Amino acid sequence: MAVVSQPGAPLTLPALPGTVTLSVRALRCWLVAYRRTWRSSVWSSVFGPLFYLGAMGYGLGSLVDKNGTAALGGVPYVVFVAPAVLAVQAMNSGLSNALFPVFSAIHWNRIYIAARATMLRPSDIYRGHLLFIAMRIAMNSACFVVLMAAFGLIRSPWAVLLLPTAVLLGLAFAAPAAAWAVTLEHDTQMNYPIRFGAVPLMLFSGTFFPITQLPAWVRPVAYATPLWHGVALCRAFSLGTVNAGSVAINVGYLLALAAIGLWLGGRSYRRRLYV
Amino acid sequence: MRMLGCVSPPTSGDLTILGGDPVRDGAAIRSRLGVVPQEDTLDNELTVRENLLVYGRYFGLPRKLINERTDQLLDFVQLTERAGDQVDPLSGGMKRRLTIARSLINDPDILILDEPTTGLDPQARHVVWDRLFSLKQRGVTLILTTHYMDEAEQLCDRLVVMDHGTIAAEGTPRELIARYSTQEVLELRFAPGTQDEAAEKIKDLSPERMEVTADRLLLYAADGDEFLARVHAAGIEPLTELVRRSSLEDVFLYLTGRTLVD
Repeated sequence: MAVVSQPGAPLTLPALPGTVTLSVRALRCWLVAYRRTWRSSVWSSVFGPLFYLGAMGYGLGSLVDKNGTAALGGVPYVVFVAPAVLAVQAMNSGLSNALFPVFSAIHWNRIYIAARATMLRPSDIYRGHLLFIAMRIAMNSACFVVLMAAFGLIRSPWAVLLLPTAVLLGLAFAAPAAAWAVTLEHDTQMNYPIRFGAVPLMLFSGTFFPITQLPAWVRPVAYATPLWHGVALCRAFSLGTVNAGSVAINVGYLLALAAIGLWLGGRSYRRRLYV
Repeated sequence: MRMLGCVSPPTSGDLTILGGDPVRDGAAIRSRLGVVPQEDTLDNELTVRENLLVYGRYFGLPRKLINERTDQLLDFVQLTERAGDQVDPLSGGMKRRLTIARSLINDPDILILDEPTTGLDPQARHVVWDRLFSLKQRGVTLILTTHYMDEAEQLCDRLVVMDHGTIAAEGTPRELIARYSTQEVLELRFAPGTQDEAAEKIKDLSPERMEVTADRLLLYAADGDEFLARVHAAGIEPLTELVRRSSLEDVFLYLTGRTLVD
């Protein structure tokens, strides 16, 4: 191990670029890989929402609409449900891109292990991957918003905020999910947040029916979930029922969750990749 | 090795790499290192060329420079024909060579190799050795770990024998042989079940040093043939007998004992 140490020698090490530059470098690695798979992923981001809108919006909606839509705010069921499905999809993109790909980058394709030997620091690797995840969420959500517009399901110019809202919501899930996935030793553990997190959230966060339909004692639980805040935002922007106070609470909640996730991820990535 | 690669904090002692403190300047030091890890960390789904592209990007190299170096490096590790192929189906030796090429994309000052030829067939090993030797000729500092003493003998100017995390000996291969072994070694094999008895008798001939292994006796002597003649004179008849020069293997066995080290 013949490292010749030279105490007192002038430091000839190169200066390090900023964390943004380094994170973008990490992102570019994911882009190279994504060039191979983007076609199939685009199909799923177009057909996924189409299936949902078809089945829930128009199929189930035709039954709902017969019983009157007063509880939905007087809009057809498909208009009521579409922004919520957008929110669910943003959550799912965030989770699915932050769980298995992160685990894989440690255990299977070992992208993180290769990257840490370079000048990237664990936090750069983490943020670079989140940038890529944000891009994927944005792509999926953009497809969805375009489809909503094409089917005439958008009722307000506020809808221009649907895309950034969806990305924020997705990252609020992705940042903590990646922070956790990087610590795992077994891939089966990742089924828990899907089974006991994403699925009940999707069912009980005011997605397919207003929360007011739930028993009064359950409602606070629903209000406490991050997906509910995302659904509330998306629905307000899509239907034009914007209330500044609610929006501030919803956005603040999601920002806080994303920030906590980022902080946790900085720690857990460092612990995992610098040991 | 991970501490040298600045991906683990030093556990104890002082470490300075390229004039920097690995804890404070880890990322800056890593920008001047090339690392060939024990297990390949290539992206199997990408092509040979894309793997180098991704790595070059990590170091912030411009696309044009990456392309130039990729051509040179693939030529250097004899993978030019496979440039556009996916990594997955490549042989173990090819993947190793690609890992070496990738570790050189940033034109490092120090190349760290962790058991670079473990698991390779003899031919593939020789190709890797040849490439590493030519890097050494060009003035790249190589730091490598190995369990293969012939590899150390081939490639190393300075050698450190590690045993359970401590340095057992240090020097050039030749110095170590001179210091820790005799000039020659006599290897004797016996019919099954008769080795212990023969070992007892040979002990009476007072060899300079004797190692008893599962399948043979190693007798260390300045003159192997002379000692063999004494063995015969004592009426001991081995099945096979071999006199050879001492090697680093003997030094390693002497220093670390005959237990399996991992």
